[in-house]
This record gives sequence, structure tokens and C-alpha cells, in this order.
Amino acid sequence: MRRDLLFFSGFSLLVMLAPQLFKGGYLMNVLVFVGINTMLAIALNLLLGYAGQISLGHAGFFGLGAYLSGILTTTANLNPWLAMPLAAIIVGCLAGTIGFPILKLKGHYLAMATLGLGIIIYIVFNETIELTGGPSGLSGIPNLKLAGISFDSDVKNYYLIWGMALAVMLFSINLANSRVGRALRAVHDSEVAAQVLGVNARLLKVQIFALSAVISSLAGSLYAHTMTFISPTSFGFNFSIELLTMVVIGGLGSIYGSFLGAALLTLLPEFLRGANDYDIIIYGGLLVVMVMFMPGGMVRGIPAAFRKVVRRKEVRDHA
Amino acid sequence: MNFACMSFVIMAITVLFSATSFAAAPIKIGALFAVTGPAAFLGEPERNTAKMVVDEINKAGGVKGRKLELVVYDTTGDATKAVQLATKLIKDDKVVAIIGPSTTGETMAVIPVAEKEQVPLISCSAGSKITDPVKKWVFKTAQNDALAVGRIYEHLQKTKQTSVSILTVSDGFGASGREQLKSQAAKYGITIVSDDTYGPKDTDMTAQLTKIRGSHSHAIICWGTNPGPALVAKNVRQLGIKTPLFMSHGVSSKKFIELAGEAAEGVKLPSGKVLVCDLLPKTESQKKSLVSFVKDYQNHYKAEGDHFGGHAWDAVMLLKNAIEHGGDKPSSIRDQLERTTNFCGIGGTFTYSAQDHAGLRKDAFVLVEIKNKDWVIVK
Amino acid sequence: MQFDQILQYVLSGFSTGAIYALIGIGFSIIYNATGIINFAQGEFVMLGGLLTLSCLQIFNLPLWAAIPCAVSASTVVGILFERLAIRPLRQPTPINLVIITIGGSILIRGLAMLVWGKDTHSIPAFSGDAPIAIGGATILPQHLWILAITLIIILANKLYFYHTISGKAMRACAYNRRAAGLVGIDVRRMVLFSFIISSAMGAVAGIIVAPLTMTAYDVGVMLGLKGFCAAIIGGMSSGISTVIGGLILGVLESLGAGLISSGYKDAIAFIILLLILFIRPQGLFGKADSERV
Repeated sequence: MRRDLLFFSGFSLLVMLAPQLFKGGYLMNVLVFVGINTMLAIALNLLLGYAGQISLGHAGFFGLGAYLSGILTTTANLNPWLAMPLAAIIVGCLAGTIGFPILKLKGHYLAMATLGLGIIIYIVFNETIELTGGPSGLSGIPNLKLAGISFDSDVKNYYLIWGMALAVMLFSINLANSRVGRALRAVHDSEVAAQVLGVNARLLKVQIFALSAVISSLAGSLYAHTMTFISPTSFGFNFSIELLTMVVIGGLGSIYGSFLGAALLTLLPEFLRGANDYDIIIYGGLLVVMVMFMPGGMVRGIPAAFRKVVRRKEVRDHA
Repeated sequence: MNFACMSFVIMAITVLFSATSFAAAPIKIGALFAVTGPAAFLGEPERNTAKMVVDEINKAGGVKGRKLELVVYDTTGDATKAVQLATKLIKDDKVVAIIGPSTTGETMAVIPVAEKEQVPLISCSAGSKITDPVKKWVFKTAQNDALAVGRIYEHLQKTKQTSVSILTVSDGFGASGREQLKSQAAKYGITIVSDDTYGPKDTDMTAQLTKIRGSHSHAIICWGTNPGPALVAKNVRQLGIKTPLFMSHGVSSKKFIELAGEAAEGVKLPSGKVLVCDLLPKTESQKKSLVSFVKDYQNHYKAEGDHFGGHAWDAVMLLKNAIEHGGDKPSSIRDQLERTTNFCGIGGTFTYSAQDHAGLRKDAFVLVEIKNKDWVIVK
Repeated sequence: MQFDQILQYVLSGFSTGAIYALIGIGFSIIYNATGIINFAQGEFVMLGGLLTLSCLQIFNLPLWAAIPCAVSASTVVGILFERLAIRPLRQPTPINLVIITIGGSILIRGLAMLVWGKDTHSIPAFSGDAPIAIGGATILPQHLWILAITLIIILANKLYFYHTISGKAMRACAYNRRAAGLVGIDVRRMVLFSFIISSAMGAVAGIIVAPLTMTAYDVGVMLGLKGFCAAIIGGMSSGISTVIGGLILGVLESLGAGLISSGYKDAIAFIILLLILFIRPQGLFGKADSERV
């Protein structure tokens, strides 16, 4: 536990010092999105990596948070700081209600149901034009303000969003190490065995589903307030799949893995930009290669590769 | 490192430095186009055209003796990416102005960035709300949807076809068209008797059209971009609907005729003049620009230049003129852009003012009909 | 509401549904043999259409020769995909397999974009496009082709799975892979077979719809998704229930668009699917089985 805390402090320090290294500029903007995606990946990881329940519709919850925040602050003129928790509560309740029937499903039926849910939410964003602005999007969403500071530049947003992301990380690490975390892993391995040991598996699954939705919704609100413009295309099926990829490539059941996955998949397109039309091929190829050579995700694969290199070197040194 | 190698490096560095001291640094222009993704049919010709025009300008000696440098990024049609890349253009590449993005959604997302960083943005997308209300730093070259809708309604009014059914695609382009179709109908004495949409990836629209057939309207207006409208035309033919079919300027390219085949016959649509530039009278003020654009595009890319590419042509040329007249500072470019009068481009004749950053009149569109796999101007 | 309108909705629904069914069966065959949900299935649909186009235009083949060429070329891609991506996988957990098929589908789509460009292409109909009237509703000759070919494929499937040794072996894999291996069935070969069959089937589906829906490098995404839904409604069977699943989905979409709201038609279809799943969590046709611990 203490080692965990130490590691987390080190990580936070690194995150907080990063802006000094990059001196503003465009990379800061990308790092803001790494923060948002980290939150989302952690949210999905709690569900998939810890509780073992797949979701192909998480972009929907992300979008609901963004749209609720956007609508509450533009049409209802609510303070963004009020809109954010309100949106999260609404999304949480919704996920809690729908969670009971949905999480009764297993395997590919669950995948299908969550996928359908995501698509339904996406269609609602597109069609309720009076409310959401439809496909042309919702603009004029205010930035967050705190004690006279308006979060309207990349550097300020960086601290805001990474502050939140770190809080989510710390919370998730603690959750994973708590009684709840152990119960979740038990459900992951065998639901029946967990039930026998006195875990209310059904309730627990719904709770973690709702929690995951709430974190996604918070990330969505932050996204809306930093971008100040949202449109449905950001919350479609493709993004749900991208989130899933982040979690798996990073490493299932690891909070830092989610960060690695989110960072890789957000930064990768930036590095591939020079490759023009070839970037999509490199991207797809890389996904295949990553899963092939690091099946446990980066969080396990990189140290393993590192150890291998060291061992080989040792062998060579001895020879 | 041996001596020869060292001396070569030193020589190279000297050459580099002397080269830069002779010619002034190039003027950097940014461009955001949806080169891949669902809006690639817009972004690709736009990027090709912008590259082509900048090359031509540089070959002819640049602007005031300085070369232009075009930095193009692909937004993949995603608003989030567009915003990130706009920031990158401004902060990292330090461009003096930005051309694009290709779609209305992306443009709306990028506008706050351009306004805050005070860099002129010349959008290549059609949505009316981009320049209505006027934003200080934002201009556009694509014709407003409102103008296209006006062109169709005018024709319907003249031919006394007063009830229409509309079928629009559920993306930014279709939504914007639908809004205009609904809001302008009353002005022309037209009633919309049925209002339906289809998804951008739908493969069969017979259900919507069956419903439309039951509404007995005088005309059907379909608002979308390829391939949807081609499917609509085919389905209309399959169902044996005889009602006249109108399309938007979103399909005004040969591609539509190729896709819809026989079903395209008799379809009418508003189009930029580039499509029919050979048919225009000699007195037409845009003719010179149009013909040279079509010829250039043919030479460079062995393909027909369409009016989407034309949006980028207009944007680059407008920028060039503004830089020629006022220098390369973003603020002076903006001021000069606003002073543009009677610039004969591809999309139409542009006259910007402090109240109007769209710059085009209704004459930017002509109504064309498809006959024998080719375009004919409807009088 | 007139009868001929309803009839048209149903007929339109059937013709789109038949395609969903064909793609869905492709999903099921691979799933049953390997436990993989192959998200690249839609890409074979795309390949079928575009390869036919190339055969027609570049090699100037007649249609009857272009189709088998395109199907065999797509099958080669399917084999390569299995050999290069699926087989070498060290930890084939279901979720890793999902990600690898997603990566594969992005890769194939990207390559297709380079080869065929980003434009949409059309393919001529097999036998003209003069509409055929059926009691007030109309369909095209191509719709008949689609229904007929779907039917033939299903029958061929039935024959293969129930009356040939390798078909039976494949079903054995579907029931229990370990047990199948123990009785001497080469499970890995069956996996390869399943990829061959379903990539060929995807390609056929892509070819027969292309004259109606046109084709482009990115058509596979949406069609794949719908096919996936059809397969799940049918309980991941490689037989008639997936066909019914596809038809249900197609008709629901079409009726939703015609009678309720065209904008919400996909949502309507999915809401009904969710309700079905909520009432019958084991799928529409599945038997509730007791869970193994």
C-alpha cells in the first residue's frame, strides 16, 4: 500500500512538472486530451478489467456527460461547476437503472446490448435538434471558472484536467485495493463462487457500471467545457471501440495501464501525421502487432521486454 | 569524423544560411481538410487544389517576391481533431491564416480558436451559421445553403409546384439544408408535406420514399452528399415515382451521374458554375477563373475539378490578394479580406464587408438538369 | 395506411435483412469454431464488392468470371488474416482476439483506401434494373438474386455442416474444442476453414449488394455492425435462426422508418432488440442453459 502511494506521488509529480518541459505549444493541447482519455480508459477498465463486464457503448456515457453539461450551461444558464455534478448524477442514475437488465446478460449478448445502448444514445444526440443542435453540434459552451481564473488556455486546462484525472486514478487505485476491489475480482473469476462467498454480485456489477458511467460523464463534462463545442461524431461507436482498445493495449486491470493505453492511442496519430494516408495502415498494423507481442498490455509487456533485454545483456557479459 | 566530412558539413551550413539570407522566409499558410474519413470527398479535392494553386503561385514568383508555404493537416472529419490541429497550426507552425475546415461541424468547433488567437480563418464549408452572425476573424468561400435552397424554391414557385417532400441526410450538411428548407418555404409559398431523414451510411431508402409517395407532393427535394442521393435516385426509379426529384449542390459532380446511372436522368440541382463552365456565355465575369481552374486541375490530377476544390481555390486566391495588398500580418490580412470586392472566383463573385463575411449573391448558383449523362442549364 | 405501403416496407426490409443475415452467418461460423467475434467480417464484404469492380474494369472480365475471382481473392485475404494475425497469437483471450480483429479490420480498410481511393463505386446489376411489381409494391431483379443466393448459401451450409466430415468436425469444435481435439480433430485446421468459409461468404454478400447499395472502402463498418446484430439475435447460430435474425432487423428498420420516424429507425430497431434481450437474456432462440462454474 505504501509503495503504491509512493509510486502515485512520483507519477503525480511527473504529471505536474510536464508543462515546464514542453513550454506551452501544441503538445500541451494533446496532453489535455490524454488526460480526458485516461479518465475514460480507467472508467472502462474498472468495468472490464476488474469486474469482467464488457461495454461497447461507453462513448455514449461520455457524450451524455458532455451534452448534459453543454445544455445545462447554455440553455439553462447553469454554473458549469453545478452542471458537472448534476450531469454526473443523471448519468449515474440512468446507468444504474439500465444496469440491472443489461448486466443480467453475458458474453456477446452483453457486448451487443451495450453497443445498442451506445448507438441509441448517439442517435438521440443527432435527432433531438432543438436540444442538442443535432449533427451541426452545440457551440458556445462556457469555460470553467475558479476564483476569477477562467480555464481557457491549454496550460490552465492541463492542470484542471490532470488534477481531476489524478483524483480519479487515486480513487480507482484505492477502490481496487479495497474490499470492493477484491469482491470485483471474485466476480470476474466466477460469479457463482463470488455469490457463494457472500458477494452480492448482481448489485456490485450494477454499482460498478454506474460508477464507470459517472466517471465517463465527468470526463465528458470536462471535454465540453474545454472544447466549448461538441458534436455527435465525437461520441459514436468508433470512439467506444477506441476506448476498449486503450484499455486492452494498456493492460486490463491496471490503472497505470489505462494511462499508458490512453497516452499511446492519443499521441500515436500525432506522430503518424507525417505519413499522410498511410497513417491508418500503420495504426491498424500496430494494434495487431501490439496484441501479438504484448498480449498482457503495455503495463506488463514493456517490463517483460525490458527484463529480456537486460537478461540477454547479462548473458553476453558473462560469456 | 574526418576532415573531408567536417568541411562538407561546414560548407552545407554556409550554403543553407546564405540561401535563407538571399530569399525572404516563406509565408506560412495553414490548411485543415478532411482528407480521409466520411467527408473525404470534400477534403481530397480541396487539398489537391490548395496544393496546386500554391505551387502555381510560387512558380510565378510568389507573393511580393516571397514564396507561400502550405501546411496541410488531415482532420478526418472529426471536430476534436480539427480544434487540436488548428491550435497546432497557430502555435507550432505559426501560420498567418488558416484555410478550411471542410465541414460545418468542424468549422464551428474551430471558430473559437481562431477568434481567440486572432488568426483569419477562411472556411470551405457551406453552413450559413458560420458567418451569421458575423465573426471578426471568420470568412467563408463555400456558397451558403440558403442560396442553394433559394435557387430551388424560386424554380418551384415559377413552375407552381407548391407542395414538397424533403428527404435529408442526418449529418451536418443535411441538417443545415433541412433547416434552410423549412425556414424559407413560407417565403416562397411552399408547404412541406413530408419531412424525412436517412443515415449517412444507409443502403436503402425505399421505406422513406414509400412514405413520400403516399404524401402526393409536387416535388421531392433530397439533401445529401454521395453516395446517399444516388441511392435515393435509384430507389425513386425502382418505386416508379414520377414526381420531379431535386438534389442539393452536394452532389454536383460527375460522380453522381456515374453512381446513379440511368436514374440520374431528369434530376435537377443547384450547382456552382464550375460544373457548366463550358456552357456559360463569354460575357460571364467568372468564366476566365473557371476555365483556368478546370484546365489546371485536369493537368495536375487527371481528374475533373469540381466545385469543392473550387472552395479551396477561392480561399487561396483571396488570401494571396489580401497579402499582396496589406502584408503578411494576420490582422492586416483580415482587414484586407474584408475589403475584397468583386473578386471573380470559382464559387461566385465575392464581395466581403464588415456585415458580410460570406460574400456571395444568389447568382453564385445555377440550376442544372441531368440530360443524357451531362449537365444542362435550366433557364 | 394502405396495404401496398406495408407490403413495400416488408419487402424492402427482407432484401436488406437478407444481406444482414449473410454477413451474420459469417460472424457465427467463425465464432462457433473459434470463439472469436471477428470484427473484420465487414471488411470482406467491402473486399468482395471492390474486387469485383477491379476484375470488371481492369481485367475486363465478364461478370460471371469476375465474381468467382473476387470471392477467391477475398478468401486469400481471409486465409492470410488467420495465418498472420490469429494463429500466432500467444494469449488468445477473447478480448485480445476482439482487439486484434479490430486492428486487422482497420489495416484492411486502410489498404483498400490506398488501392481503390476514397470514392464510392457502382457495379452493374446482374440482370438489368427494370422494376418488378408485386401487388402494388416493387422490387428489382437484384433483390431476387439476393434472396436466391442467400437461400442457396444457407442450404449449402446446412449440407456442409450436417453431411460432410469436415462440417461435422467443425460443429464438434463449436460444442467443445478440447473434446474435439481429443477425438483427433485438427482444431487449428478447422479454425482456418471457418475463416475461409466466412470470408468467402462475406465477399459474396458484398458482391450481390454492391449493385444496389454501391460500394466504397468504408462500407464494411456499418454492414458488419448490422450483420453482428443479426447473428446475435439469432443466437450465434450458423443456420436458419441467424437468417431470421437478419430479416427481423431489416423489417424492423424499414417499418420503423416508414411508420414511426426515419431519423430514429436504427434506434427503434435497437430498442426492440434490447427489449428482446431483457426478456430473453439467452437470445431469441437460445435455450436457457444452466451455468457452468
